[in-house]
Amino acid sequence: MKFSERWLKQWVPVAASTEKLCEQLTNAGLETDGTSPVAPSSTGVVVAEVVGAKPHPNATHLSVCQVNAGTGVIDVVCGAPNVRQGMKAVLATVGAQLPNDVQTRRVELRGVASEGILCSAEELGLGNDASGILELDAEFAAAFGVASAALRPGADAHVALALDDVTIELDLTPNRGDCLGLRGLAREVGLQNRLPVTGPAIGPVPPATDTVFPVRVDSPAGCPRYLGRVIKGVDGSRPAPLWLRERLRRSGLRSIDPIVDVTNYVLLELGQPMHAFDCDALNGRIVVRNARPGEELAMLDGSRVTVDESTLLITDLSGPVAIAGVMGGERSGVGAATRNVFLECAFFSPLTVAATARRHAMHTDAAHRYERGVDYSLQAAAMERATALLLAIGGGRAGPVVEAVSAAHLPAQRKVALRKARLARLVGEVIPDADVERIFERLELAPVTEGTGDAKVWTTTPPSHRFDIEREEDLVEEVLRIHGYNAVPSRVPATELALGRASAGELAPVRVADLLVDLGYSEAVTYSFIDPKLADVLQPQSDPLRVLNPVSSEHAVMRTHLLPGLIGALRTNLSRQADRVRLFETGQCFASRSDEPNGIEQTVWCGGILYGPREAESWAHGATAVDFFDVKGDVERILALGGPAAEFVRAEDPALHPGQSAAVRMNGRSVGRLGRLHPEVEAALDLPSGVFMFELRMDALSPLRPRRHTTLSRYPAVRRDLALVVDRQIAAAHIEAIVRRVLGDIVTDFRLFDIYVGEGMEPNEKSVAVGVTLQHPERTLQDAEVGQHLDQALAALAAELGARLR
Amino acid sequence: MNIETIESAALAAIAAAAHERALDDVRVRLLGKKGEITTLLKSLGKMSAAERPAAGARINAAKNNLQAAIEHRRQALGREQLQRDLAEQAVDVSLPGRQRAGGSLHPITQTLRRIERIFAAAGYGVESGPEIEDDYHNFEALNIPAHHPARAMHDTLYLQGGLQKGLLLRTHTSPVQVRVMEKTRPPIRIICPGRVYRKDDPDASHSPMFHQVEGLVVDEGIAFADLKGTVVDFVHKFFEKDLGVRFRPSYFPFTEPSAEVDVQCVHCFGQGCRACGHTGWSEVMGCGMVHPNVLTMAGVDAERFTGFAFGFGVDRFATLFFEIDDMRLLFENEQRFLKQFA
Repeated sequence: MKFSERWLKQWVPVAASTEKLCEQLTNAGLETDGTSPVAPSSTGVVVAEVVGAKPHPNATHLSVCQVNAGTGVIDVVCGAPNVRQGMKAVLATVGAQLPNDVQTRRVELRGVASEGILCSAEELGLGNDASGILELDAEFAAAFGVASAALRPGADAHVALALDDVTIELDLTPNRGDCLGLRGLAREVGLQNRLPVTGPAIGPVPPATDTVFPVRVDSPAGCPRYLGRVIKGVDGSRPAPLWLRERLRRSGLRSIDPIVDVTNYVLLELGQPMHAFDCDALNGRIVVRNARPGEELAMLDGSRVTVDESTLLITDLSGPVAIAGVMGGERSGVGAATRNVFLECAFFSPLTVAATARRHAMHTDAAHRYERGVDYSLQAAAMERATALLLAIGGGRAGPVVEAVSAAHLPAQRKVALRKARLARLVGEVIPDADVERIFERLELAPVTEGTGDAKVWTTTPPSHRFDIEREEDLVEEVLRIHGYNAVPSRVPATELALGRASAGELAPVRVADLLVDLGYSEAVTYSFIDPKLADVLQPQSDPLRVLNPVSSEHAVMRTHLLPGLIGALRTNLSRQADRVRLFETGQCFASRSDEPNGIEQTVWCGGILYGPREAESWAHGATAVDFFDVKGDVERILALGGPAAEFVRAEDPALHPGQSAAVRMNGRSVGRLGRLHPEVEAALDLPSGVFMFELRMDALSPLRPRRHTTLSRYPAVRRDLALVVDRQIAAAHIEAIVRRVLGDIVTDFRLFDIYVGEGMEPNEKSVAVGVTLQHPERTLQDAEVGQHLDQALAALAAELGARLR
Repeated sequence: MNIETIESAALAAIAAAAHERALDDVRVRLLGKKGEITTLLKSLGKMSAAERPAAGARINAAKNNLQAAIEHRRQALGREQLQRDLAEQAVDVSLPGRQRAGGSLHPITQTLRRIERIFAAAGYGVESGPEIEDDYHNFEALNIPAHHPARAMHDTLYLQGGLQKGLLLRTHTSPVQVRVMEKTRPPIRIICPGRVYRKDDPDASHSPMFHQVEGLVVDEGIAFADLKGTVVDFVHKFFEKDLGVRFRPSYFPFTEPSAEVDVQCVHCFGQGCRACGHTGWSEVMGCGMVHPNVLTMAGVDAERFTGFAFGFGVDRFATLFFEIDDMRLLFENEQRFLKQFA
């Protein structure tokens, strides 16, 4: 909501500076979003009186005017059709600086010297009216509180035009629909400053004709009150006066034509939306009803809308003419040719308008107000105000007001009670009764007091413009708002000191992140929505959840994995010359799963991406590139934190290199993956070769394995090294598994310390060197016994893997 | 040769031995099986009984003397060798140590952890919930029915095909409050950190995804004064400065009364600077007393229990705390940026 500061100060004589006023509004809960001057800056502009005007001797469309600019009469050549003797206008004197970088110079126009420019509104930066020069009139001065002395020739035009006025923009919360008009704003400022509020005098305009246009309301729930009035013989071509157009402009609305300007003016002034129909375009009568299936309507803004039964329409016998409370239709729109007007002033139900405006995405000024609620008792006054303004501008004769009202559907004037004890409990201190009562008086809440002491109850009757006050808490808020939030003391809640939990089976959520940071990874935070193209390259078979109204097409699907975001982060770093990247992220990933709440599985994952040398370049080691076992080592460190034993198995993954990737499994369930990106994926994404990744479900790391002490053996341990020859395809992990299974707990350590292929080996074979440490809990193992154990293990390895000693 | 001549020559040879092997050669020459002193000792047998004791004593004295001299010299040579070895083994201590370079926690995570510590120390639980929410928990249960104008305050991102089910990306972490109240009885003291989403184009102060911490306290006798005290205390603890805090009336459908919280600018202490738009204040938080409708819908007796709730952007606190001037930097994930917070 934008408004002219001067206009507000005409309503309520608040002396505060713009800055103070804004601060006060903000502190009252009406947040100011900003201020802007009502006109761009200019210099050298003065009030001038046209004392004579005659046609230019050498040009048909120009006049030569004698202008009293306060310092004598000068000649000014002017092309405006409306220039005439006796009018007061604004003169840009020679040397004046006008907006848009225009500098006034002495010029000769077709042989006649001109000592300045008589300015149009556009030339002064006051809107886009360039049809004629701007005329200063007494009405404008009165409306803007400009002293008559300021209109003397030679006076600064800034003063005459009240250009020190400021447009203030408010960001109003949805509950303060009452402040979407000057009347409500003034009321709020008045009660904050304890100042009287004076609006324009509004009285009934007696009918000068008995012409009526009949009105019937078939949907009283959506339209509890509808007022209509015919005004005959209006001149739609006569512009609204400067003061009215300027007030509109300074409040953010463009002047359109006198009839629309008047309805917009009432909207701003009283907060009551109105609509004007060209009465000659209406057929038979107005019927307010819900739409029928398939009904269509061409709107004033040129759009075409198909409405459904939930939409409330204004119709005549030929069909729809407006969407109630939202926008008028094109067929009955007013314009310069309009002579007979049908004015509509209604109270539409907030929900009806809100639903319609949302469905058709038509967020008009009218809908904005109706959906927040307008004062349901305001319609008659608004109708009289609009009538009077319209008659004053365009002439015409008003007919009687026709009203269709359903008292049952109008908001009821309700009583809202506030218990003194409840107020104290919610605030945390006792606000003196007298203060509370004074606040209620200022808010026009008409409090009635019952009971005494802590049992005291105030019963209020909120006025119709404070339809937002519905329950006790609303009164608490109003009392606090006026009393001042900052006047309430501060304290912290007192509570019983219940002790907290420290579960031994739970992995501290920070533990994984801390480990990864210590392992050299930096934490990334990437968007949860990703580019569908990227999702498609990485998971061609998956069907990610789609965002209906994404921020952009690159953020259109929900991530099923962390990898896409991490690849994006890798790209950013590569594009900024990083040669070594270690990033990780922790966050929710999303997948359709019919057995989960809302059909979506939302699981927290942890993932990492690695590229470049194993270690940052240093004198201490070479520049070996990161490989599978670097990633695996880091994953093993994470898995060591908790959860059941994990195994790494080969798995087909379209995003990963088939020979350098693995799935992580726990109890047969896949809980993650790791490895190198598939070369085709790297190529498709324009990534360099040698990118590695890992991903793990965080819930796989719980519960923690129970930690229990077992007695350590005091007897010597014996280590035996074996060089085993096995087929190359045999996974090394099988060897340890077999040895441990066969020998049991006597194996206290197992080391795989060398893998050899090449010279001296068959091409399909490899040599695996392992060190087995045996230790008996209760005695020293004898050599013969150790030999027997190893023979047993070797026999099993031979039988199961075809292994032999080298 | 007489013993004196031998002894003095031997002492000279011992002193001249430049290394351990030379010293050993001297020892063998003197004290070995055929060594000079050994030979002299063997010759004692040929002497008369009268000469023997004196000559024996003399030779043994020389032998002992030479053994001691050799040992002494050996130790000296050992020390010299050690000195040479030590010099040889010296390293350039200014070279960087051999290490795996550390990474860094994201500034948002660091901020979240501090927030969690501050509240956990007072007994607040930390709760989380789904990021894809249903309309009921994100709006309805928070007193924002369909078509309520407050919905326009949240530019909601919806899920395709989820509209019938009302599935959306949560616009705040307040739904977690509702979920907690549905399954827990007061007293409730929780904070709910997490990612939230709005249909905002990214700029220096907006992001379509950001992080929020929502706080909720519900108990008997919780008042607006408790809310004020908690918020002020938190701001002071978080920034570790006694910044001014002011409360302005505002509107959220799920709280009544509602307030907007301004904090004195962290950078200029209220003097006005670029960071605060020369106002001296930063808007950091919304809060209020939990609306009775919200309590009632979650099954809490709104007459007996009252509560307060607050919610704020973690990213905003992070940018204020770390003096980050553009919110987009938080989501670019450039390592050079991230490592500034290591």
